[in-house]
Amino acid sequence: MTTTTPAPTTAAVRRAISSTPRPPRPGPLTAALAFGWRGMLKVKHVPEQLLDVTVTPVMFLLMFTYLFGGAIAGSTSAYLDYTLPGLLVMSVLFTTVYSGVALNTDLTKGVVDRFRSLPIWRPAPLLGSLLGDSVRYVVAGTVIIVVGVALGYRPDGGFPGAVAALALVVVFSFGLSWIFSVLGLLMRTPNAVMNAGFMAIFPLTFLSNVFVDPATLPGPLEAFVDVNPISVLATASRSLMAGEPDGAAIVVSLAVAAVLALVFIPVTTRLYRSR
Amino acid sequence: MTTGTALAIEASGLGKSFGRTRAVNGVDLAVPAGSIYGVLGPNGAGKTTTIRMLATLITPDAGSASVLGHDIVAEADAVRELVSLTGQLASVDEDLTGRENLVLLGRLLGYSRAAARDRADELLEAFDIAEAAGRLVKHYSGGMRRRLDIAASIVVTPQLMFLDEPTTGLDPRSRNQVWEIVRALVGEGTTILLCTQYLEEADQLADGIAVIDRGRVIAEGTPGHLKASVGTGSLRVRLLDPARRDEAAQVLERSVGPVVAEPEPAALSSTGVDAERAAIGVAELARAGIGLAHFSLEQPSLDEVFLALTGHAAEATDDEATTGPATPATDTLQELS
Ligand SMILES: Nc1ncnc2c1ncn2[C@@H]1O[C@H](COP(=O)(O)OP(=O)(O)O)[C@@H](O)[C@H]1O
Ligand SMILES: [Mg+2]
Repeated sequence: MTTTTPAPTTAAVRRAISSTPRPPRPGPLTAALAFGWRGMLKVKHVPEQLLDVTVTPVMFLLMFTYLFGGAIAGSTSAYLDYTLPGLLVMSVLFTTVYSGVALNTDLTKGVVDRFRSLPIWRPAPLLGSLLGDSVRYVVAGTVIIVVGVALGYRPDGGFPGAVAALALVVVFSFGLSWIFSVLGLLMRTPNAVMNAGFMAIFPLTFLSNVFVDPATLPGPLEAFVDVNPISVLATASRSLMAGEPDGAAIVVSLAVAAVLALVFIPVTTRLYRSR
Repeated sequence: MTTGTALAIEASGLGKSFGRTRAVNGVDLAVPAGSIYGVLGPNGAGKTTTIRMLATLITPDAGSASVLGHDIVAEADAVRELVSLTGQLASVDEDLTGRENLVLLGRLLGYSRAAARDRADELLEAFDIAEAAGRLVKHYSGGMRRRLDIAASIVVTPQLMFLDEPTTGLDPRSRNQVWEIVRALVGEGTTILLCTQYLEEADQLADGIAVIDRGRVIAEGTPGHLKASVGTGSLRVRLLDPARRDEAAQVLERSVGPVVAEPEPAALSSTGVDAERAAIGVAELARAGIGLAHFSLEQPSLDEVFLALTGHAAEATDDEATTGPATPATDTLQELS
């Protein structure tokens, strides 16, 4: 409770009210960046969010490398070479689910009403919060790479290769996250978003080439794994890390991200206004 | 639609359904510019839904309205430029500090970084939250949060402000602070649409009141008007000596009417008492030499207003609707007379 503070003086309140010439409307970029700043502040004030998105992939990394590495690839270090770029993909993609969860949580708060009653460029709140989310994507990806290196992973592409792979994965996630934003706007509770999100992303990740070489799979499954965009992204990420960029895989990954964004940004914006 | 008169809000036949619930069922409003207009009603009456339509957050499915001369559907953006909303749920970000909240809004309203920071500091100072400026809002007290909320609504001074139950759940001191701020706002020329469940709040602040029940306006007028139609409040006395309660009850029965013993051993109350009767009753007690620790004439509760206006009690869905904010001891006779 406010214990000893005096009541605000009416005079000061009056002065604060009357001293406001109205500034011109902000441009779309300014508005989006302001929301991006809000996203960063949330990362700063609620760092636990980062824990959620980094612990699971690191656990997978340790589990797969040491439990299955020998069986799948002959040795743990050979498996690490194969799987780390894929785990990078998985780790960052998991983080995109949390974008939808965060959006849904936001909607239960009154602050969204204020944002919606402001005369600003309509997609700004959504674009801005995804900007903040990209920071989380970068952190999640960096953690995986650093842990991998600590375990002995030495990509042939070196530092530039790793950075390029991370950048590609983050750009892809930026596109993918719009799907989870739609989920975040449609579902009732943050938990429902989380469940639905992981229900989709878990099978898609496991039915990709992230963990196993599809050549070892039965025919129909192999066919699915080959067209799964997550496989394509993992292949592209692997090629960048290895220092031999696979142009086709990179282009397809970027194209998928662009299509997702183009389709889902308008849907999301409309839903955000009307919910 | 816009007649060019000095009406800040003009609504006719506004309606909105959620599934089968007819939340707002044909609301007409005429709010003069520069005044505080109270919308009084119990929980679930449709107050928030009405405000959300007028603030362009949701679109009505019947009727029409203009705010400051702009149609709320066709010219929603123009309306947004001129109004601001302090919602029933705190419309501030709990995961940010108070200062960050205000700087963010400053940026979103077009201030440069430096100007947004200056404006934030000025508001924090004026609204007495400077000392908590760097703390996360989720750790704020209810009163601080409300003040920040209102500060956030005037980062750029709006021509019209929607205030949805600004004091529900606040202690009397915080409530009085909010009232002071609201008065200062209207003093500077902002029109305010205030939703409340408390007759006392509407009485304290509003120039005009619409009473709303089940999505409809059921009465309209000045606070004096409404109270006159309800007429009476309830007299409550607390004796110095609980042992003399029976004796006091007899005195009051004679001078004011039926008396009820309160759960508290020294207290008595009587409903449906006008100010004059109450004064006589208190004087009679004094003449009989019965010492009083305290007496008050409380405003008619929302329930009593509803009973008088509709013949049925307000169908409140929670306790807050029926128990007004705690009434300070000074809040007594002359106010109602
Ligand atoms: N988003 C919504 N979805 C479904 N029902 C709603 C929604 N908002 C309000 N209602 C219903 O509409 C009625 C009026 O609600 P509201 O406008 O919040 O009343 P008040 O603000 O006066 O308490 C209530 O019965 C409430 O349950
Ligand atoms: Mg309400």
